[in-house]
Amino acid sequence: MSVDLKTVKRVAHLARIAVSEDDAQRMTGELNAILGFVEQLNEVDVTGVEPMTSVTPMEMKKRVDAVTDGNKAADIVANAPATDENFFLVPKVVE
Amino acid sequence: MTDLTRLTIAEAREKLRGKEITATELTDAYVKAIDQANATFNAYVATTPEKAREMAKASDARLARGDGGALEGIPLGIKDLFATEGVHTQACSHVLDGFEPRYESTVTANLWADGAVMLGKLNMDEFAMGSSNETSYYGPVINPWRRSRTETVVMPTTHQGDGGFVASGGARTARSYDNMQLVPGGSSGGSAAAVSAFLCAGATATDTGGSIRQPAAFTGTVGIKPTYGRVSRWGTVAFASSLDQAGPIARDVRDAAILLKSMASVDAKDTTSVDLPVPDYEAAIGKSVKGMKIGIPKEYRVDGMPEDIEALWQKGIAWLRDAGAEIVDISLPHTKYALPAYYIVAPAEASSNLARYDGVRYGLRVPGKDIIEMYENTRAAGFGREVKRRIMIGTYVLSAGYYDAYYLQAQKVRTLIKRDFELAFAAGVDVILTPATPSAAFGVADEDMAADPVKMYLNDIFTVTVNMAGLPGIAVPAGLDGHGLPLGLQLIGRPFDEETLFQTAHVIEQAAGRFQPDKWW
Repeated sequence: MSVDLKTVKRVAHLARIAVSEDDAQRMTGELNAILGFVEQLNEVDVTGVEPMTSVTPMEMKKRVDAVTDGNKAADIVANAPATDENFFLVPKVVE
Repeated sequence: MTDLTRLTIAEAREKLRGKEITATELTDAYVKAIDQANATFNAYVATTPEKAREMAKASDARLARGDGGALEGIPLGIKDLFATEGVHTQACSHVLDGFEPRYESTVTANLWADGAVMLGKLNMDEFAMGSSNETSYYGPVINPWRRSRTETVVMPTTHQGDGGFVASGGARTARSYDNMQLVPGGSSGGSAAAVSAFLCAGATATDTGGSIRQPAAFTGTVGIKPTYGRVSRWGTVAFASSLDQAGPIARDVRDAAILLKSMASVDAKDTTSVDLPVPDYEAAIGKSVKGMKIGIPKEYRVDGMPEDIEALWQKGIAWLRDAGAEIVDISLPHTKYALPAYYIVAPAEASSNLARYDGVRYGLRVPGKDIIEMYENTRAAGFGREVKRRIMIGTYVLSAGYYDAYYLQAQKVRTLIKRDFELAFAAGVDVILTPATPSAAFGVADEDMAADPVKMYLNDIFTVTVNMAGLPGIAVPAGLDGHGLPLGLQLIGRPFDEETLFQTAHVIEQAAGRFQPDKWW
C-alpha cells in the first residue's frame, strides 16, 4: 500500500500537524519508503496467532478505589502557556 | 593528584567510604570537566552545578555519619526524558519549551534516595526517536571516539651513494586521527558520550528499540535494557509504552549492575511495574559461566555486515567457550520481521502518547484562528521532522480501514518473535550472544542516512527484537574495528534474568578489556 498527497494531508489533519504543500510532498515520499519497508510483514503466516497485548504475562494491577492524591491545582497549571485562576486558557471553542 | 573523573563508580564508592575523597571533591571534578568539555560534545543540555554541590554536601554529611546509601556521593547525568523536579525536562523537543515538572520520576527519585548527585540533563534524540542523536532540538552530540589510522610513516633519510643521493627509508609507526565528527548513536547519545568522555560517573538512559545498547556500543560503554516491567516508567516521558524501558549506561559491567539495582523498583504508580524483588545484581559478577548454554542465532548474520563485526562475534564465542560455556547454534526465524513490525507498533503508540502536546497544558503554544489551528500550528512548530514522520505513520496505521492490515498484523508478528525466544530458552539456552550493532559509529550528517529514513532505522536491527519480546539485553564493548572505533556484543537473557547477563558480560569484559578514547579534547 502507498499513500498519495491527499491522504498525507488528511492524516496530518488527523494528527493535528499543520503541513505546507512542500512538507506534504516530502512526507509522501518518506511515508511511502517506510510503508514499502513494512510491506514484508505480509509474507508472515499468522493463521491462528493471537496478537500480542502484553509482553509480560501479568495481571493488571488495580489500586484501591480511594483518593490518594490531590490539592495540586497550582502545580498542575504551573507549566501552562496561559492560565487564569487555576484554569487552562484556550481560544474560544463554543460560540 | 589523580583525575577523580577516571574512577569507576565502584572505585569512587570505595574511596568515599574510606574517606580518601569527599563527594564534594568528586562532584567539583565533574563540574569542572563539564565546564571544560561540554561545548565540544554537547552532551548536556542543562547543567545543575549548584544543586550538585548541595547534594554532594549532604552526601558528605551522611558519609561522615557512616550512613551513606548505595550510590552516596556518586555524580550522575540524567537523560532529558526523566522528569526532574524544577529542572529542565523537555525530551530534547521544542514542543516542551520551558517545561520544569513539579514532580520527580520514580527512577531519579530512587537514585537520589540512594545518595546519588545530579550533574544535569543529557542530550538525546527528540522524544527518543533516532539512532544518532541528531534529531535533538539542541543539536547533535559528538562521540568522544575518533577514527584513527595506524600508519607507517616513511621518514626520508638521505645518504650519499655512488654517483649521487639515494633515498632510503626509516620507517616508524604513528597513530593519526581524522577529524571527522562521529555520532555517539541514539537515542541516549548524550548519556553514552558523557560516560565515555568522563563527564559523569554513570548515566540514566532509555531503550525503546536499542537506544541504550546502540549508543553504548558506539562509545565503548556498557548499557543494559532490563526486562519490560523491571524499571518503573512513571515520570519518564512516554514514547512507545509497550516497549520503553529505562536502564543505565556505565563505564563497566559492575557499574551498570550497581546503577540498575538502584534504578529498578516495584512501583505502584506504574501498572506494568512487576511485583518482584530487585536482586543484588553486583553479586552475579565474578561467577563462572561454566556449563552455561550460549545460543548463537544464525539469523543475526546479515548481508553486508562488516568483517570486523563477524570477527568480533567469533571472538566472543571463543571467550565464552574458553570460560567453559557450551555454544549451541539456534534459530530465531522471525528476526527479520522485528524491525518492520517495530515501525508499525512504535509509531502507533507514539502517535497516541504524543497527542498530549497540544499547547494547552505545558510547553510551546503557537496561536491560530481557532483551537484546532492552535493545535496544528503548535505541533507543526514544536515537533521536529523525525517525530512528525513517526506520528504520521502511527496515525495512518491506526486510521479506519488500515488497523487490521498494519497494527493487528504487526502485533501478531510480535507474538511470533517472542515465541522464537521462548522456544530457544525452553530448549535450555541460558543466554543468546549477538553483535550489538551492524556497524561502528558513523559520521555526523551522514548523507545516505539523511536521504533514507529506513537506512537509519537499520541501526537497530540486532537490538529491536529484544524490545519486541520484552526481554533484557546488555551491550558490552568487545573490541575495536580497523579504524580504532569500539564495537559491542549483545547478550539477551530470559525475562527478569538480568543477573545472568551481568555474569556473562563480565566474562566478556575480562577477556576483551575496557575501552577508553584517547583524550583529544
